[in-house]
Amino acid sequence: MNVEQQNLFRFLVGLGDDAVVLSHRLSEWCSNGPYLEEDIALSNIALDYIGRARMFYQYAAEIEGKGRTEDDIAYLRDERQFTNLLIHELPINDFAFTMVRQFFVDVYYCEYLKQLCESKDERIAAIAAKAVKESRYHLKRSEPWIRQLSEGTEESRRRIQAALVELENFVGELFIMSDWEKELVEAGIAVDREKLQAGWDQYIQKFLAESDLEFPDSQLQIRGGRDGIHTEHLGHMLSDMQYVQRVYPGLEW
Amino acid sequence: MSQEHLAVYEVFVRSARGLDHKHVGSLHAESPEHALMYARDCYIRRSEGVSIWVVEAKNITASQDEDLENFVEPMDDKPYRHATHYVLPDSVNNM
Repeated sequence: MNVEQQNLFRFLVGLGDDAVVLSHRLSEWCSNGPYLEEDIALSNIALDYIGRARMFYQYAAEIEGKGRTEDDIAYLRDERQFTNLLIHELPINDFAFTMVRQFFVDVYYCEYLKQLCESKDERIAAIAAKAVKESRYHLKRSEPWIRQLSEGTEESRRRIQAALVELENFVGELFIMSDWEKELVEAGIAVDREKLQAGWDQYIQKFLAESDLEFPDSQLQIRGGRDGIHTEHLGHMLSDMQYVQRVYPGLEW
Repeated sequence: MSQEHLAVYEVFVRSARGLDHKHVGSLHAESPEHALMYARDCYIRRSEGVSIWVVEAKNITASQDEDLENFVEPMDDKPYRHATHYVLPDSVNNM
């Protein structure tokens, strides 16, 4: 691979990792949802993200040209080789935490993917065009949930506010660009995430003000995901997610 | 979270343009908007439909089995309510 291909490969694997990690977290609600309908709805969103991960990984594997498959990339890499942004890997915690995370990333993806539809790389633009529709639906679900929980009981409101405080620490990383990704932006392939922050802040602040919730505005920006530096949670998650392939290599069903 | 605050909604799906909405099942939800989204996730996630109606079950007024006797049976012995009861004159062809 030349430098451009290496950058493109990194870019695709990063987006695939974001999707597969969040998908696995959402799938942890399967059979544990607050009630059956919500359980199915959350699992359905997990499947949307799996679809997204597959498309990014398949393309990455083709660019790499070493005969690896999407499954090799998902199941046979270690924690430090995963380059997802950290917000995706945090444990599901309680339902309020899960929904605030969804709300945060849904607002982010709606704009990010919309812009990625304009990528000069047609394959990436096509993936984004498919995924942005999913994210718009996801946002239609997550936003009313935050409003509903904030207007619910004292307990549900306290949990929403606590989730906002905790998750805000991981928001800054969504908008931090590294040099190699900026090169892809200059080539018209990637999106400049730095420029998305003002819009994201505005959307979230307006919504929270309407719901009389506090925007924590954390000064702490925990980062490192795109460089393979993770929270203590990802390793445990992968040991669960990759268990079958690690114990029975190549197993199919 | 318990289901005590949730209402039951009946779900109707139109499988293709030009067809009628058909009852496909029911679900629990917080609000009509949530019910519509759950219906999407529970009943048309494999593209089974092009349109969904959700109706809160309490808004449906249904006939009761015990009323069947005076509700339906009086129709049985009145053949003159059916068009086939009447003999058409020959001059009215192919009606």
